[in-house]
Amino acid sequence: MSAGIDLENVCCDFGSFRAVDHANVSIQPGEFFSFLGPSGCGKTTILRMISGFIDPTQGSIRIGGKDMRGQRPNQRPTALIFQNLALFPLMPIWENISFGLEVRGVGKAERRAKAEELLKLVDLPGAADKMVSQLSGGQKQRVAIARALAVEPQVMLLDEPLSALDLKLRQHMRAELRAIQKRTGVTFIYITHDQGEALAMSDRVGVMSHGRIQQIANPRDIYNNPVNGFVASFVGENNIFTGDVGATADGIAAFSTPHGTFRARLGEKATGKGVKLYVRPEHTLISPAQPAENAIHGRVEEVSFEGNFIAIHAVTDSGMKMTAELRNDGSSAIPEVGAQVWMGFDATRAAILPDAETKG
Amino acid sequence: MQDLLRRYGAGLTTIICLLVFFWLAILVVIPNITLFESSFRPYLPVTEVGGPKDVYSFDNYLKVFGGEVEVSPLGFTFLIPVHVLTFFLTMWYSVVVTVLCFAIAYPMAYYMSKIANPRSVPTLVLLIFVPLWVSEVLRAFAWWIILAFKGPLNSLLLALGLIEAPVRWITDYDAVVIGLIYTYVLFMLFPVYNAISSLDTNQIEAAEDLGAPWWKIHWRIVLPHAKPGVASGSVMVFMLSAGSLLVPSILGSTTSQWFTQTINQWFNDALDWNTASAYAFLLLFLCTVFVALAMWAFKVKLSDIAK
Repeated sequence: MSAGIDLENVCCDFGSFRAVDHANVSIQPGEFFSFLGPSGCGKTTILRMISGFIDPTQGSIRIGGKDMRGQRPNQRPTALIFQNLALFPLMPIWENISFGLEVRGVGKAERRAKAEELLKLVDLPGAADKMVSQLSGGQKQRVAIARALAVEPQVMLLDEPLSALDLKLRQHMRAELRAIQKRTGVTFIYITHDQGEALAMSDRVGVMSHGRIQQIANPRDIYNNPVNGFVASFVGENNIFTGDVGATADGIAAFSTPHGTFRARLGEKATGKGVKLYVRPEHTLISPAQPAENAIHGRVEEVSFEGNFIAIHAVTDSGMKMTAELRNDGSSAIPEVGAQVWMGFDATRAAILPDAETKG
Repeated sequence: MQDLLRRYGAGLTTIICLLVFFWLAILVVIPNITLFESSFRPYLPVTEVGGPKDVYSFDNYLKVFGGEVEVSPLGFTFLIPVHVLTFFLTMWYSVVVTVLCFAIAYPMAYYMSKIANPRSVPTLVLLIFVPLWVSEVLRAFAWWIILAFKGPLNSLLLALGLIEAPVRWITDYDAVVIGLIYTYVLFMLFPVYNAISSLDTNQIEAAEDLGAPWWKIHWRIVLPHAKPGVASGSVMVFMLSAGSLLVPSILGSTTSQWFTQTINQWFNDALDWNTASAYAFLLLFLCTVFVALAMWAFKVKLSDIAK
């Protein structure tokens, strides 16, 4: 069983501070949806409003079509996984997992059986009688998931549950979480500030800043077609030019900057002077020969070898720092430090974008 | 010790150690040993002290079994030595005080640590502490006045229409229990408050999120976590209540007798320090046994309390 969630014009104020500003989103049943944003962007507030610990100042939250106003957390079909997991240290693992069943008056034998079953599901058999303190970080993680699944929620809410794990385990748990979500079919709402996590796991991502949802799209569109400068910067690196939009044809605009005049895709609502052009480092070309369009001449300052790619930091003749990333597959020649090079980019791979929305 | 020397130098360290030694040896150990030793000796005229009659025995301790009275609780009538009865009543009402202190302190502690705005907690603590600035004797007398038959409490309740005739508060052990609760409730409040404060609020929220009603959250999450605090608070309140002399003396009625009052009578009225010492050690020993049994029954470890 899973349920969809609709947020309609949801706002949340703490005193005079507006933590969440007119959030509108419709999450499908069985979807893996992530809210991505820096700390303080309001994503945790959204999660706590869905789980019922905070009431929205205005707007409505519906779960499975039912308005949740006035429903306490213990009356909602949601299960929250806390950032610090909040396992109960004084209970053995199986009691932790079956706590939700205990409060529903399920008998001991049945609870125990259900706990064992869930421990198998999260790949942790035989841990039933251990105490929380005997488990490793990743194991605790699984117990927290099992405990939430035990109450058969229609919606699982996850508040940065992987942030305390080390890198390898984090990557492993990403795949694991995704697999559990697919297996159970429960709607997952995931909160994170880690763009890699959000892009890798989610069906759709909502990028947030200053209490507003800036863009809702699938991970590919978020990365390739960000709607504004905030989204472009938050989900990846960019070379950024500031300039004025000129003549536009077929969605490609002329863009004049102190570093030259370029042609690039024109994003919605990006007009006039003082807007920004975003080019991803991996879309920035670098070669000894002058490219056909959007050519910028410069000098290589630093070459840093990152393993799967090589980052080349250059300074243009006009004094701007640029970064280009080359894949480490031998397909392109790596310039030396101090080399004179031409950089450029494909007009369709670069976008002129407005700044983030902050006001209603 | 090394640390102490490095921090304060040889001179100051010697002074600190001597002061601690003086405190422990002269003010604690030696008086107790003296009383302990004399508790086994008979009370004799000065001329006979050290004489042939001055021998060690358990006679002083066995005096608690003298002088039986008839009691009939719950319809059963039996004879019981009057001092043993006093002892059991002291134990019983100390337990009552402890339980009531817990019943009062737990909601307060929970409110202070989890519900109240953290910024208002210092004010709350101050408000709780202010009455402690007044001497214990004055506070006990204040309760004596408040609880008097024609006192302010009865006037208030009559004026509010909550009672139709004045209530006799200072009767049997009622006023003693009220006074002891008032005097010792903070010894319960603060350990419980500390214990609950250290509970991660997320655990309460997690339990609620999993569907637990409020009482289940307290029973399964908050109380087990607060158990060491409750245990140390209970031990303190119980021991202090059982050992209190002032409150039972001031707020006691004609039908109440606290075991400490009996000890006091041996000391000050009978001037028999030997028997008084025996009674005092008996109280100490039996209270310790009782507390140990209670800790065993509630599965509390000594290390939990020492935290």
